[in-house]
Amino acid sequence: MGGTGNGKHLNLTLNVWRQKHRHAEGRFVTYEAPGISPDMSFLEMLDVVNERLIEKGEEPIAFDYDCREGICGQCGIVIDGNPHGPRRATTACQLHMRSFKDGDTITLEPWRATSFPVIKDLIVDRSAFDRVIAAGGFITAPTGNAPDGNAILVPKPDADLSMDAAACIGCGACVAACPNASAMLFVAAKVSHLGLLPQGQPERDRRVLAMVAQMDAEGFGSCANHGECEAACPKEIRLEFIARMNRDYLRALLRQRAESKSAGGTG
Amino acid sequence: MTLDSKVPSGPLEKRWTQHKFDMKLVNPANKRKYSVIVVGSGLAGASASATLAELGYHVSCFCYQDSPRRAHSIAAQGGINAAKNYQNDGDSVFRLFYDTIKGGDFRARESNVYRLAEVSVNIIDQCVAQGVPFAREYGGTLTNRSFGGAQVSRTFYARGQTGQQLLLGAYQALERQIGAGQVKMYTRHEMQELVLVEGRARGIVTRDLVTGEIQSFAADAVVLATGGYGTVFYLATYAKGANTTAIWRAYKKGAAFANPCYTQIHPTCIPVTGDHQSKLTLMSESLRNDGRIWVPKAKGDHRPPNEIPEDDRDYYLERKYPSFGNLSPRDISSRAAKQVCDEGRGVGPGGRGVYLDFADAIQRLGEDKIRERYGNLFDMYERITDENPYRVPMRIYPALHYTMGGLWVDYNLMSTIPGLHVLGEANFSDHGANRLGASALMQGLADGYFVIPYTIGHYFGSNKLDKVTTDHSAFKEAEATLAARTKRLLGIRGKRTPDSIHRELGHILWEYCGMARTEAGLKTALQKIPALREEFWENVVVLGSGEELNQSLEKAGRIADFLELGELLCLDALERRESCGGHFREEFQTEDGEAKRDDDQFCHVAAWEYAGEGKTPIRNVEPLAFESVHLQTRSYK
Repeated sequence: MGGTGNGKHLNLTLNVWRQKHRHAEGRFVTYEAPGISPDMSFLEMLDVVNERLIEKGEEPIAFDYDCREGICGQCGIVIDGNPHGPRRATTACQLHMRSFKDGDTITLEPWRATSFPVIKDLIVDRSAFDRVIAAGGFITAPTGNAPDGNAILVPKPDADLSMDAAACIGCGACVAACPNASAMLFVAAKVSHLGLLPQGQPERDRRVLAMVAQMDAEGFGSCANHGECEAACPKEIRLEFIARMNRDYLRALLRQRAESKSAGGTG
Repeated sequence: MTLDSKVPSGPLEKRWTQHKFDMKLVNPANKRKYSVIVVGSGLAGASASATLAELGYHVSCFCYQDSPRRAHSIAAQGGINAAKNYQNDGDSVFRLFYDTIKGGDFRARESNVYRLAEVSVNIIDQCVAQGVPFAREYGGTLTNRSFGGAQVSRTFYARGQTGQQLLLGAYQALERQIGAGQVKMYTRHEMQELVLVEGRARGIVTRDLVTGEIQSFAADAVVLATGGYGTVFYLATYAKGANTTAIWRAYKKGAAFANPCYTQIHPTCIPVTGDHQSKLTLMSESLRNDGRIWVPKAKGDHRPPNEIPEDDRDYYLERKYPSFGNLSPRDISSRAAKQVCDEGRGVGPGGRGVYLDFADAIQRLGEDKIRERYGNLFDMYERITDENPYRVPMRIYPALHYTMGGLWVDYNLMSTIPGLHVLGEANFSDHGANRLGASALMQGLADGYFVIPYTIGHYFGSNKLDKVTTDHSAFKEAEATLAARTKRLLGIRGKRTPDSIHRELGHILWEYCGMARTEAGLKTALQKIPALREEFWENVVVLGSGEELNQSLEKAGRIADFLELGELLCLDALERRESCGGHFREEFQTEDGEAKRDDDQFCHVAAWEYAGEGKTPIRNVEPLAFESVHLQTRSYK
């Protein structure tokens, strides 16, 4: 996927999902995008298209973005069927037009999932993710209670693996890629990040049960081990974290049952 | 306007402890009677919201993004400083304090900076307890690295994503409080007006970015944690949505704006590729620990870098600043890069770039070690430039990265408007004229976790606040002002897009108020900016309506404020007739081109007071007294 060379411009055709608001009916609209520099990011290409639309008196295409350096997780477009586009481990804002060829027709759609309703054009509502975190995706450590940082030793391999999971940017590409619109990779990443650390042990059972319950309540589908989520993830969060979460979930469930049994009779 | 810093007296190292004892408390049962509005959900806003809620206050938190987790603190790469001295290399609270004061070119308040250094150690403990996966040694202890402008290893980090991990820690603490019903979160809401009742900050008016609905919110105190204003330059390392609207509207309601000309230009960013450029991407300063910065010795040497022999290379930072070399502070490194490019020795398209070369480090440590340290940064560079930095040197150039200026606050982080508190990059307090690397994260979290939770209680405890609801006429007036402004923006229907005007403003500021400033240049900018503002209000085009998601309208509203702030920035730069830190006036330099301060005339904070539409703002002064350190010429040679 090398560069197309400086100076050569691309002439592209875009099929873009346009939808006025959440309850409106959407449709694809075709736009010509001539003279696109291969050095532009995908979102800069959309900026150029939008500037031209505004000059013609047409409303620009609404799309989400903020940091434009691949870390905030706010951008997300399904590009030719791939969340964030064709390049591995790359968000839409860091995808560059050198990944496309002159004459290409590119299809742009919002994340498609019942739990992520479309707000406008390519923008969706991902607040379900925040509610999953609020249900249990944290370590309870009120400010002022902390012991010295080095009082809690964390073996380097555990810290590194925890960091691998913590790298999730919450963009939702995993959900968009999944045929069942499952959020397992997102939830598993948080469960693993916190569950791998000694600080995360006291709430480990409670956390996984509460987060999975909220995930189900939000209407995300179930995991059928397709692995599309891992392939689409811009931060390369691995499928093994889902296995880890399943194990944690089962363990927590069994322990909860055992506890309620031993407490039996008291109601 | 009187500027009472409320700095406690007594020995420097006892001030915060004594002040904490002297401040009034609100008893636990009464805390639930108070409500606080926090605008912004970055490190400062999220940590403040979570901590205030833990204490029992009712908190409402607002952000323009779709989730509080996306605030731009998330993009900070390198690390966070703390005076833990875990490396046994001579660090101490006093040394961190001293480095920060010196790094800021003696233009910050001693007491505030000392407190920052003091609480830095608590921040690390707090973040570890929350599960921030900091880098570790094999024995399980926390590891450190040295970072721009420091001679000790006091920087804690989580790969190249320290800001992300610290923010997620604060975000998770915030979400816990949202789940508990103690914080009400408003995402995709943008603060548009600050509301004052009887001279006190009592609420805000917001626009719901999805529906366009204008809403009022009342509270007992307002906290702004809305970040810096660097996007006024259009091209900057900030998030695209970062804006000055919240602090600018507060300024127009009476909050003094301090040192707007203190802007930081970061030396290691990826150079501009063309007019389509929408933002600049930072390459972490940590790269300077192993990378060597150079340009060809001869002007117009266009050979590929690997064909330029050692003798024909100028490692200019190592040459000019032998004791700090490639780790020299940001302002100094940035100016040095500009200088060699001005001399015609820059590299890459347009000659606006210098090499950051890892060849020696790869030879010394092996490619694997370099990949382990910087892999994600190298990948990012490759994605953007299509060049492999393991094989060819990176090309970098300075870019606008941080603003040390911001709303003036006293020791309690309260602005000149009673009840309006300002945290993090949005205030001016701790970095003076130049911020050291890995200190922004420290300040945001210090303010949010460890300062405001105490000082806001003192405000509540010392003032009798009557109940105010959004039915008050002040809210109705603010709503009407906002509705009128929206209507006006939508009604212009001119020919220029908001972005094109913003880009032009950025050009003016970068040209005349960037890395080197002159009286003549600043005066030119002060002519051009009002003219551009006039054009904006006559010729901008904003399509669509105000009752829907309308990104053009959001942009136009922010740009309208930038067009006013830009002028104040230039005015402040013009009036500060000295060079200090990030503010470099060409007229005031030493023979070898270093910044020349004028401590007799300018050892003070300039706090600008809004004087009304079309009137020149008033420049107020807070003198800076240095009791624990001696004013000296900053030298990194």
